[in-house]
Amino acid sequence: MMGEHSSKQYDQELEAIRSKVLQMGGVVETQFADAMTCFRTGNVERAARVIADDSTVNQFEIELDDACNHLIVRRQPAANDLRSVMATVKVITDLERIGDEAAKIARTTRDMQARGPSSINHFEMVRAIASSATDLLHDALDAFARQDGGQALQLIEQDEVVDHEFRSIMRALVTFMMEDPRTISSALDTLWVAKAIERIGDHAKNIAEYVIYVVEGRDIRHQRPAPLGSDTPAA
Amino acid sequence: MNKIIQIQQLNFFYGKTQSLHDINLDIHEKRVTAFIGPSGCGKSTLLRTLNRMYDLYPGQRAEGAIHYRGRNILENGTDVNMLRAKVGMVFQKPTPFPMSVYDNIAFGVRLYEDLSKGEMDERVEWALKKAALWGEVKDKLNKSGLSLSGGQQQRLCIARGVAVKPDVLLLDEPTSALDPISTAKVEELISELKQDYTIAIVTHNMQQAARCSDYTAYMYLGKLVEFGETDQIFMNPARTETQDYITGRFG
Repeated sequence: MMGEHSSKQYDQELEAIRSKVLQMGGVVETQFADAMTCFRTGNVERAARVIADDSTVNQFEIELDDACNHLIVRRQPAANDLRSVMATVKVITDLERIGDEAAKIARTTRDMQARGPSSINHFEMVRAIASSATDLLHDALDAFARQDGGQALQLIEQDEVVDHEFRSIMRALVTFMMEDPRTISSALDTLWVAKAIERIGDHAKNIAEYVIYVVEGRDIRHQRPAPLGSDTPAA
Repeated sequence: MNKIIQIQQLNFFYGKTQSLHDINLDIHEKRVTAFIGPSGCGKSTLLRTLNRMYDLYPGQRAEGAIHYRGRNILENGTDVNMLRAKVGMVFQKPTPFPMSVYDNIAFGVRLYEDLSKGEMDERVEWALKKAALWGEVKDKLNKSGLSLSGGQQQRLCIARGVAVKPDVLLLDEPTSALDPISTAKVEELISELKQDYTIAIVTHNMQQAARCSDYTAYMYLGKLVEFGETDQIFMNPARTETQDYITGRFG
């Protein structure tokens, strides 16, 4: 990485923020994995735990925001340090939203269990997209930890795969609902879960974009071409 | 944009010691150019070449060319008094003359122009207004310049520099001896003055360079390391050395 600052204290403050972001990333990753497990198994207690974890993530967000504000007022960071702090503030927001999406998946699990068994194999519908989004999130946090712009760039393309998978799921579920209206409630629940996973992919992609901003000073947001395949949902 | 000063292959020597090496740089008209760098990097020396202030000291010499409005001011035969009227300078420590506020301003003007009493009164008021000092001193024009506060003294020196209607103002760490409020006033003044003047400022305060200037030059060991638009220098400098310096990784 970079050389050290003349002020050791400054280095320590930056490092403390960085390691706390990674810690928050770890909590969010686990939260997402747990949410998917309980969606698969229907374990309601575990779902309740995922929902409760959200307050831990929120606390991380508040503390990290505060640490970044203090760093800015005390050190007036410039150039790559400034980019790093600004990106961190945004990464925190994305991580917190990922936590929200995981909690949403857990709540949907709870509702589905309350309604009883359904004819849709709901987990199989989202297995592939969940696996892609899990990898994407893991790699995005990895790229952030190592400040690897090259890896981050690849992840942005990976997100298009997640978006594409979501559209396939939507088409499949619409077909189910048209064939048998009794599947509508569970199909919609599965669709919400797929949407939550797709959003997690988007947030992971955002993190990758911030890594590129920190490393290269280049802001590539909102510059991607249209995603793979047709964008028009089957209705 | 108009390049009012073009520095080409400038070398500068204090006796046998070379303190500027092959500097090439353009200063744009009605813009603020900031010079930053660690102590001894040559930024003040460079500023002092722009109005040949170094001429006052034997053994100091400059090689290369500094074109000011198309004319090489390093050539023999340059009228340095006229040059210094056109390219004024304000120093780190406020240097009011031991005379009244009014005479501090009028003194320089009398050297170059022959004004009537009424015209001189107008000129003094104009210069003090330009330096955002009029409101504070209009009732004590006959008091000694030394009776003003440090921040007021520095603005008095800027008013004195402005009074002779220069083209370019050189500011050598103009706020390093001032408190934050006086500093803010001088910075405010800089952004006012650039409507009419070209300004070159040497500063140790990086945030000041980021706030006040349009262009920034980073110098190290007598060399120009990087020169560019201030936003670019402070957000995404091209050279690692520049980045290390402005982020405090230097040394």
